Amino acid sequence: MTKSTTKKGPASVEFRNVTKRYGTVAAVSDVSFTIEPGTLVTLLGPSGCGKTTTLRLIAGLEIATEGQIKIAGEDVTNLSAADRDVSMVFQSYALFPHMNVLDNVAYGPTVAGQKKSDAYDLARQKLALVGLKDYDLRLPSELSGGQQQRVAVARALTMEPQVLLFDEPLSNLDAKLRRRVREDIRDLQRDLNLTVAYVTHDQQEALAVSDRVIVMSNARIAQMGAPRELYEAPASLFVADFMGDSNLIDATVERVSGDQALVKIGVTSLELPSRGTKTGPCKVSIRPESLSVTASAPQGPAIPGTIRKAAYLGTHMEYTLAAEIGELFVVDRDVANPKPVGSTAYLALARTGVSLVPSV
Amino acid sequence: MRKLVAGWSAAALTAFLFLPWQAIEDGFFGFGWIQDYPDDRTASALFYGLAFDRPWLWGVLPFVALGVLALAFPREDRRFGQTLVFAGLGGLGYTFLQGFAIGITGLQWTWLAPLIGEVETSQYGFGWGATIILFAFLMMVSLGVAALGYFRGDAFIAGSVIVSTALILAFVFFPIATMLAGAVTDEHGNLAFDLFWRRFFADDIWELNCLVGGPRCGVVFNTVLLGVLTGALSTLMGLAFALVVVRTGLPWRKGLRALTILPIITPPFVISLAIIVLFGRTGIVTWFLEVAFGIPPSRWIYGLPGVLISQLLSQIPVAFLVMIGVVEAISPSLEEASQTLGASRWQTFRTVTWPLLRPGLAAAFLLGFVESLADFGNPLVLGGNFDVLSTKIFFAIVGAQHDPGRAAVLAILLLIMTLGAFWIQMRWLGKQSYVTVTGKGDSGLSAELPRKLKRILYWTTIPWAAFTLITYAIVIFGGFVRDIGRFDLEFTWRHYLDAFRVELTERGMFFSGSAWDSLITTIQVSAISAPLTGIMGLLVAYILARTKFAGQRTFEFLTMLSFAIPGTVVGVSYIVAFNVPPLELTGTGLILVICFVFRNMPVGVRAGMAALSQIDKSLDEASLTLGARTATTVRRVVMPLLRPAIVATLVFSFVHAMTAVSAVIFLVSARHNMATAYIVGRVEAGEFALAIAYSTVLIGVMALAIVIIQLGVGRRQLGRRGQQTAAALGGH
Repeated sequence: MTKSTTKKGPASVEFRNVTKRYGTVAAVSDVSFTIEPGTLVTLLGPSGCGKTTTLRLIAGLEIATEGQIKIAGEDVTNLSAADRDVSMVFQSYALFPHMNVLDNVAYGPTVAGQKKSDAYDLARQKLALVGLKDYDLRLPSELSGGQQQRVAVARALTMEPQVLLFDEPLSNLDAKLRRRVREDIRDLQRDLNLTVAYVTHDQQEALAVSDRVIVMSNARIAQMGAPRELYEAPASLFVADFMGDSNLIDATVERVSGDQALVKIGVTSLELPSRGTKTGPCKVSIRPESLSVTASAPQGPAIPGTIRKAAYLGTHMEYTLAAEIGELFVVDRDVANPKPVGSTAYLALARTGVSLVPSV
Repeated sequence: MRKLVAGWSAAALTAFLFLPWQAIEDGFFGFGWIQDYPDDRTASALFYGLAFDRPWLWGVLPFVALGVLALAFPREDRRFGQTLVFAGLGGLGYTFLQGFAIGITGLQWTWLAPLIGEVETSQYGFGWGATIILFAFLMMVSLGVAALGYFRGDAFIAGSVIVSTALILAFVFFPIATMLAGAVTDEHGNLAFDLFWRRFFADDIWELNCLVGGPRCGVVFNTVLLGVLTGALSTLMGLAFALVVVRTGLPWRKGLRALTILPIITPPFVISLAIIVLFGRTGIVTWFLEVAFGIPPSRWIYGLPGVLISQLLSQIPVAFLVMIGVVEAISPSLEEASQTLGASRWQTFRTVTWPLLRPGLAAAFLLGFVESLADFGNPLVLGGNFDVLSTKIFFAIVGAQHDPGRAAVLAILLLIMTLGAFWIQMRWLGKQSYVTVTGKGDSGLSAELPRKLKRILYWTTIPWAAFTLITYAIVIFGGFVRDIGRFDLEFTWRHYLDAFRVELTERGMFFSGSAWDSLITTIQVSAISAPLTGIMGLLVAYILARTKFAGQRTFEFLTMLSFAIPGTVVGVSYIVAFNVPPLELTGTGLILVICFVFRNMPVGVRAGMAALSQIDKSLDEASLTLGARTATTVRRVVMPLLRPAIVATLVFSFVHAMTAVSAVIFLVSARHNMATAYIVGRVEAGEFALAIAYSTVLIGVMALAIVIIQLGVGRRQLGRRGQQTAAALGGH
């Protein structure tokens, strides 16, 4: 029941058929997964999908209605938050407004009964770790958003927890700061060898920081895997659509041989991993950057279309084309030669970024 | 958690073995019993079973043992929690059952006799031993429930919910239920519905014959009439004052706000005294009218007019506070929109401003109505032959009739009326939403009021404000002159000396003034009950605002219930319920403290919930994930941020404990008399000047207490950048 004070390594987190219900509404429904020690796993999904509830279940801020939760192999299902060796960085940072930076960071060791001077030493050490020296006596309200966030991280680190949780840590930062902070978090996780669970609704952020991503939808897990797997081989229409932009096109599976399938998309055909589909009509997800646009017909198979919209975004062009197989959204690196609206263009498919979507 | 279980089991065992089981005669906090211990009155449960012929008390022991037995299981084992819950519930059940079954005259539940035989031994109310054992059982249930994973596995929250529910059931619900039961039974304790109906439909309750020229109406008609008049007039006057302050350029209008504090720190009947001094048979105004216009003095003020005027004097400032919020909240741009569409000032007021005011008016009206129903002091002093329910209840208990059954029936009627008014308020006002204050900056200017309306407002508010000031001036002035009631204006200290004389003798100071006893008791009771009210109220607020559990709505309803119950009803129900064992409390100081704690607690709950809704929940959660238990979190994070609510609750409960009269007047005893009850006694004896002097002292004590509370609790510090602080507190 009590936390041991000895230094322990990162721990695994295991969910076994966990369900959390509020009345009759399930916020998390029959969820099972394992977070390996020392990895950063992202819980990704639209708002209301159950990702934050899952995080709070790990923290012990919610107690599961059914199922079992294990941390470091020990059953913690009914343990309260204070009894679990888990720290959390909150979306709002949740810095105590009536305490200065040092007291905030030293809070954990202080309430655990450590001597005030030891607690302060530990706090200063963690503050140095997040690069925040000489702010000890400021109140949280006197810090910028980025500084507040670093205090929150330092405070969570003082407990040297087995598992560290982040609830949308970047959502209150401006766009430029986000990239730097997410890199800092990733570096910290690797340097200190921490087990981290990280909630976000931003798929780019998830792809950038994670070892593994768990995509949630309607209180259930939609897919989990490495970032590349999720982006390039989405397991469902939802994941394909949620993980970045995607053209979901009707196609036909002509034949399946082994784990490969021959898929006919409009006038072109190509071999794709079959992923358990059978012959007949199917859906294919094509990433916008997997279509290359040319003004004249290229060699090899190409889909003809008419450019309906064109937008210049500095680093790339975005086109919307009307083709026989439907409306297509395309990203083109070639900003030097924009294609005029109304002109005819030809689309060729790249090897990656095209995948069969199982119809689940 | 295992440590806590062991601790509470040990406490229960100690109580069983050593502490006196029954209430001690010289009060809960007296220690005179130690020299007699253990005898027939002071023995512990163990000795009662061994030597004093009360073997049933040993029945408590198995449940205590069961609690210890739970420790045989590890915490994760469900049997740990289940055993604890069973031990706790069983222990609670058994302790109360034996307490109710065997009372002062032996066996109370005669149908038990064939089972356990006749019991002649008498048993009095619960004392230290029983109280500690009961509390230990409650804690066993709480710890068990938390171990089973309820309340997020949090023993502190489980304990808070279960203990506060138990206390509310015991001190709010149980008395009311007992009173209801008392109303439908006769003096032998048998069900007697016919008696209930006869009491309920008595002529003096429902009669309406004054409407057709008869001499008098029933008490229900009087009560409703007074309530409606007070509600309507105070609302209109409150609106008038609010409009004057917000929408006119009258100089000194800010000073009107200061006036609103006066009725809050004034004992309710003090205004009645001033009214008598002004309009009574020998009053100042009466004398002036006689001299100037030859109008003969009469007793017209005793009855509806006097009660109405004094209720208005105390209720208008409250209505003003409600209405000023409403008037200020009406966005000026709505009125500007109306004017740009070509409406005249009068049309704008009639079609835009007035409809926006209506929900606020309804709220103020219902508040005035309920306050009028609950008011006891003013009708008591000024009512004359004009009976209202609250005074009728009082006289049914203390008067020559002494008919508790009848008092209970009247109390039920009053309870139905106030609960009905609250119900209407919740149902009707809860649904309306007139959100006119938006997040957007609104820089519009309020429309000028029509000139005619302005003139009406000036002509009503200024004289009333002057009248209010005069009334309070009389209260202060009256204590220093020989007899203001007879217009004898010679300066004197006599009244203060009568009440608060201190003589220096060779054996030290001797407080020989007649009021010292009651003043000291009042200060003690208020000072004890205020912090308890604060703890209880804020704890309940924390539970309601920060946790979710099954039955939360019922829990919230129970905590708010005591707010809707008029003081007179509380008084009657306490007398009925706590006059007999096992909860035998009448005549003690404790019953006064308990009464105040549970009457004032809802204010703490409301203040706490309002404050907590502004404090981001993730602050508590951050503290929890950092390893602080809920109790530590509350102490180190929540409490410092709740300081304003704490101050408000402490001030309110202290002031209300000092000024309350309706419930208290039933509960005071010769040994524990309260200031208000003492003053009412002086008024009945015609000693107005002494009463007035004492009231002034009370107001002074309260003002001093407010200053001390402010300094003691202090303000919260949140840094200098106001805007970011708000973001940090409420951000998401």
